[in-house]
Amino acid sequence: MANKEEVKLVSVPSPNLIPERDVNSSPILEVSHLGIDFGGLTAVEDFNMAIGRTEIGGLIGPNGAGKTTIFNLLTKVYQPTRGTIMLDGLDTANMNTIQVNKAGIARTFQNIRLFDKLTVEENVKIGLHNQMGYSAATGVFRLPKYWKTEKAMHEKALELLSIFNMQDMANFAAGSLPYGAQRRLEIVRALATNPKLLLLDEPAAGMNPSETAELMENIRKIRDEFKIAILLIEHDMNLVMGICEAIAVLNFGKVIAKGTPTQIQNNPAVIEAYLGKQAQEELKKEV
Amino acid sequence: MKKMINKSTVTSFINYGIVIALFAVFQTLSATGNLSRQLTGLLIPICAYVIMALALNLVVGISGELSLGHAGFMSVGAFSGVITAAALQNSVTNDVARFVIAVVVAALIAAIAGLIIGIPVLRLRGDYLAIVTLAFGEIIKNVLTCLYIGVDSKGLHISAVSEEALGLEATGKAIVKGPMGAVGIMKISTFISGIILVLIALFVIQNLINSRTGRAIKAIRDNRIAAEACGLNVVKYKLIAFVTSAAIAGSAGALYAMNYSSITPKKFDFNTSILVLVFVVLGGIGNLTGSIIAAIVLVALPELLREFSDYRMLVYAVVLILVMIISNNQKTRAFIGKIFGVFKKKKEGEDN
Ligand SMILES: Nc1ncnc2c1ncn2[C@@H]1O[C@H](COP(=O)(O)OP(=O)(O)O)[C@@H](O)[C@H]1O
Ligand SMILES: [Mg+2]
Repeated sequence: MANKEEVKLVSVPSPNLIPERDVNSSPILEVSHLGIDFGGLTAVEDFNMAIGRTEIGGLIGPNGAGKTTIFNLLTKVYQPTRGTIMLDGLDTANMNTIQVNKAGIARTFQNIRLFDKLTVEENVKIGLHNQMGYSAATGVFRLPKYWKTEKAMHEKALELLSIFNMQDMANFAAGSLPYGAQRRLEIVRALATNPKLLLLDEPAAGMNPSETAELMENIRKIRDEFKIAILLIEHDMNLVMGICEAIAVLNFGKVIAKGTPTQIQNNPAVIEAYLGKQAQEELKKEV
Repeated sequence: MKKMINKSTVTSFINYGIVIALFAVFQTLSATGNLSRQLTGLLIPICAYVIMALALNLVVGISGELSLGHAGFMSVGAFSGVITAAALQNSVTNDVARFVIAVVVAALIAAIAGLIIGIPVLRLRGDYLAIVTLAFGEIIKNVLTCLYIGVDSKGLHISAVSEEALGLEATGKAIVKGPMGAVGIMKISTFISGIILVLIALFVIQNLINSRTGRAIKAIRDNRIAAEACGLNVVKYKLIAFVTSAAIAGSAGALYAMNYSSITPKKFDFNTSILVLVFVVLGGIGNLTGSIIAAIVLVALPELLREFSDYRMLVYAVVLILVMIISNNQKTRAFIGKIFGVFKKKKEGEDN
């Protein structure tokens, strides 16, 4: 891996790589000059990005580049040191994680974070929590609204699980699922919160090639059916190059390239910092 | 899903069933004179401790927080219940009505105490609740030890100095006398009222756990960061669990206190908090059935073991270990499940 001094900063193409269908509406997410320091370490520096309303974006880069940190900034797990995040025209500066989710960002985690002791269905119902509600007292006294809402939540949860064909697992404890299924459940749970922007942190990690191919199709299907934007972090280049419409490459907390999959594959700085000559040739063969 | 609702409903009804069956057994035994005097005297305390164990399990098992001062809430409930009952002695002559009012007031005041502690502490991440509740239990004990409260025709009198400082009329009487605690209590708790309170506590806790609110509480316990990412108001749900638990503990305190003619603040000290925690841990964290059984067995055991005299402590230790193995081990639970056929499909995903 190239170290900091050797990375040549290429001129970043236009900050908006918004696909044709989205250009006429405002972007769902506009990030400008975003940065965060951890003590002396600048984990993310001057990060700029705009995502269209139904765009699939990719964030790639070597381990430790700051990709997950950007997700944590967008979801306010960390408060940014610098910069602004506009979600659907709304400044998220004063929001916390909970409010950001209510405003429309849902995410999955690189190191899976499910509610292990709850069932698969209950995990999805937590995603539905803010969409379908009744009070604690209604629940304790089992008023009619309790039965009605629980039934509706049950149906909605199964409908969402059916995206990944997981209805049959509804009553299993989430912690007992195989790895791939856990990753898929995280996506369903995030989707249940009714987001405008879905952040997926290494969704294909630990999946075999056929699972990954299926996931790719499903990510596209989710975008098409729910008409939402998706930003994903992924090391699997087939997946990234296959479904992302725009890609940003991060190295040492800085964006070193932005562009379409083809532009990224041919960008010398990206090849040097990340892809490597060999990887590039492989990619050209496959795509 | 239908299956799942049934499963949690079945577990709930098993718990109601256990309580009602035990009530029938003990009631019959005592009616036919087959219950020792000591054990008869323990019936109401057992109910109070069962309620305490259920309440603490809501915090420790379901919400995943540690409280080391739940006896403090019991104490708040005991004293506010006793004071309420004494103050109403002339205006509400019906014992049952006075008992109900005293228990409700006890639960409310304990809930307020829970709010006062919970609001600042539950906002913090980490095990601060354990430390603060520990301190709360001690503070309540010490405050009550120097409190004098009396009632006369003008109403309640409160002093932190002495009984004389209350300035009661000749017809008035002191209810709380500092280190001597509450005195001259009318014993209006009954075994039936205790059982009804146990059933109410079970009803509230079980229905809460198996509702949207309970699901949120459990989700936050399992993974706080993911819960926030799903838009759950973490502090709100932790507070609901904690305050509900405090209120229920308060009602247990009132039930307990109105079973004796006098009660001292020292009764509700750190040891009592730990004793209740022992019930919860031995019965299985998050397992309400276990809490009920552990509380009954461990409160009654010292009495039952009287006959063994020399071997008492030995048997006590063995029973402790057995209870722990039976209630916390999946395999033994499955084994017992096979015998009774009811716990058969007990899965990990279930909490009660
Ligand atoms: N909470 C934190 N405190 C200190 N350093 C952190 C923290 N979170 C991330 N970092 C650092 O920021 C850098 C980027 O990490 P991360 O975003 O996880 O990388 P990746 O691109 O692999 O997802 C790493 O050097 C990491 O050690
Ligand atoms: Mg990462």
